[in-house]
Amino acid sequence: MTDLTTSSGGAASGQTGISSADLGLRRRHRKELRLKILGMAAILFAATMLFILLASIVSSGYKAFTQTHLELEIEVQEDLIPADNPARGDYQAMVEAALLDYYPDAADDERRAITSILSSGAALKLRDNVLSDPDLIGTQTTVNVPVSDNYDQLNKDLLDRDLPENRRRLDDSQIAYFDRLEDAGIVSAPINWTLVTAADSRFPELAGLKGALIGSFWALLVCFLISFPLGIGAAIYLEEFAKKNRTSDFIEVNINNLAAVPSVVFGLLALAVFLGWFGMPRSAPLVGGMTLALMTMPTIIISTRAALKAVPPSIREAALGVGASKHQVVFGHVLPLAMPGILTGTIIGLAQALGETAPLLLIGMNAFITSAPASPVDAATALPTQIYIWADSPERGFVSRTSAAIMVLLTFLVAMNALAIFLRSKFERRW
Amino acid sequence: MYDADQNRTERKVGQKDIKITARDVQVYYGTNHAIKDVSVEIEDKTVTAFIGPSGCGKSTFLRCLNRMNDTIDICRVEGNIAIDGEDIYDRRVDPVQLRAKVGMVFQKPNPFPKSIYDNVAYGPKIHGLAKNKSELDDIVERALRRGAIWDEVKDRLQAPGTGLSGGQQQRLCIARAVATEPEVLLMDEPCSALDPIATGQVEELIDELKQNYSVVIVTHSMQQAARVSQKTAFFHLGNLVEYDDTEKIFTNPQDSRTESYITGRIG
Repeated sequence: MTDLTTSSGGAASGQTGISSADLGLRRRHRKELRLKILGMAAILFAATMLFILLASIVSSGYKAFTQTHLELEIEVQEDLIPADNPARGDYQAMVEAALLDYYPDAADDERRAITSILSSGAALKLRDNVLSDPDLIGTQTTVNVPVSDNYDQLNKDLLDRDLPENRRRLDDSQIAYFDRLEDAGIVSAPINWTLVTAADSRFPELAGLKGALIGSFWALLVCFLISFPLGIGAAIYLEEFAKKNRTSDFIEVNINNLAAVPSVVFGLLALAVFLGWFGMPRSAPLVGGMTLALMTMPTIIISTRAALKAVPPSIREAALGVGASKHQVVFGHVLPLAMPGILTGTIIGLAQALGETAPLLLIGMNAFITSAPASPVDAATALPTQIYIWADSPERGFVSRTSAAIMVLLTFLVAMNALAIFLRSKFERRW
Repeated sequence: MYDADQNRTERKVGQKDIKITARDVQVYYGTNHAIKDVSVEIEDKTVTAFIGPSGCGKSTFLRCLNRMNDTIDICRVEGNIAIDGEDIYDRRVDPVQLRAKVGMVFQKPNPFPKSIYDNVAYGPKIHGLAKNKSELDDIVERALRRGAIWDEVKDRLQAPGTGLSGGQQQRLCIARAVATEPEVLLMDEPCSALDPIATGQVEELIDELKQNYSVVIVTHSMQQAARVSQKTAFFHLGNLVEYDDTEKIFTNPQDSRTESYITGRIG
């Protein structure tokens, strides 16, 4: 046999064995290289797309984090404020008077155009200042008041001065009014705290995410309180106690299906059941949370079952071997060891719920609501629906605010996912 | 009336009490008949070794003795197994209680991911064997001494049990098993994951344990069976082929299959 191989190899060509192997090997290497390049290209493509997405959001959104203000010396006139009810004072007149001081020569029709520089929030700001400090009445006070949306855009260079006048939102004279204020040095653009301290508004310069943040918080809390215990309970039962038969197989298949059901379907279900049959309040974070819980539960069940399955059988045997009951094995040993995995799954499920829009639209959480909800049954929006509303609004100021809201939402999502990764790496055990 | 055919005549009557009596035990995994007609009497204060090729049912039979097979859905056990004359498959017997009485040590050392102390204290705690902390401390110390590991861990009882070496982990598991004051100790290939030195220590420990317990050990290693056991049962394809004094099995087996296995021709 040895003879045979050596003679045949020698007869064909000196190095048949090696060179043919070399050919095949080179082909395999080429294949490998091709695969590597394709993989890298795919990753590069995905990274580029992500970068473009983030860059476009940030580049249009960062301007919403500042808001143009005017620093006005306002005389708080006692005769314009009823002593018995200071809240009903004519603060608008006082703010307008302070602004018009910069235009001593303005005619009547010009005055109206000039006062439109002020946001309707300017008078409210003065009012709030006066109400919190009544000593201001009868004195001069310096107040930083917001300007209205168009002038905010102008100040942020979002309004192109080179466009023909009829295609601009502000005509030449309006721009001239504003430039005069700028020359006077009273225009500033401080950080736009309104974005997080105010609820929604028709005016972009007064609109904020407070209502949406609180609405999302309530909805997520309700979602967590419902889906976490129910999901874990169902998973423990299915994984540890249920007999494996056709029924449990059927249930398992359906839970997997449920996780893949489009979220809008859950919204329709909630609309029909929670609002239709049970008559629960429309637009309420409570209902939103319940709807999101329906969606999150399959995710939690699946991840909990996976985490329970990942606990090595040796631990169960050890506990059973010293005489622990099934219940003690599950709750004393298996569940604590599975907890990091369960929490990771839960957080990822909640992060999904936080970004979910469609079901909330169907239960009316995209309503225009100008106050933050005080309880889970008050009407509210959520972050994704607020983004939806703003994206739909015609005012220019909402363009950058939409992006800003997306950035806020993404920040929360990234934070939640980071927490999940942290929990997993911190509590992961090796056997 | 009872005739455990192979071993009855050879048994040294009156020397040792019978601890476990199994009669006509059948085990099925679904439709697979894993254990066929096994009848055996296991003596108290003796090390009994189960040997046989892989898949012969020796581990399955061992797990019948503390009803660990109950946890497998498709597993069905028939026949009669009695410990001290009490049928352990009787409806009134709680497997949880039984497993405190019949301790088990597994193939792979499997300490709980908890402290050494908690590993040993867990069994006594759930069975309510200690009235207070100092009693529990005593139980833990006694168990660790019996597990021949006390001197190595007495200064670090709060250290995690999973941080010990493989051999130490296995002795910790033995200590955990004896902490509930069992009468029978089942060992399922307790040394197969250990190096020779750790194996030697565990074997020495098994030899000591037979003073107090009836020890049943499943092993792949015939040398180990010969070293530690007084009685040996040879299983083949679900049947108990031969059960006798270890010495006799290894020097003068009655059945040709036993002889083939011992001389290395099957298995």
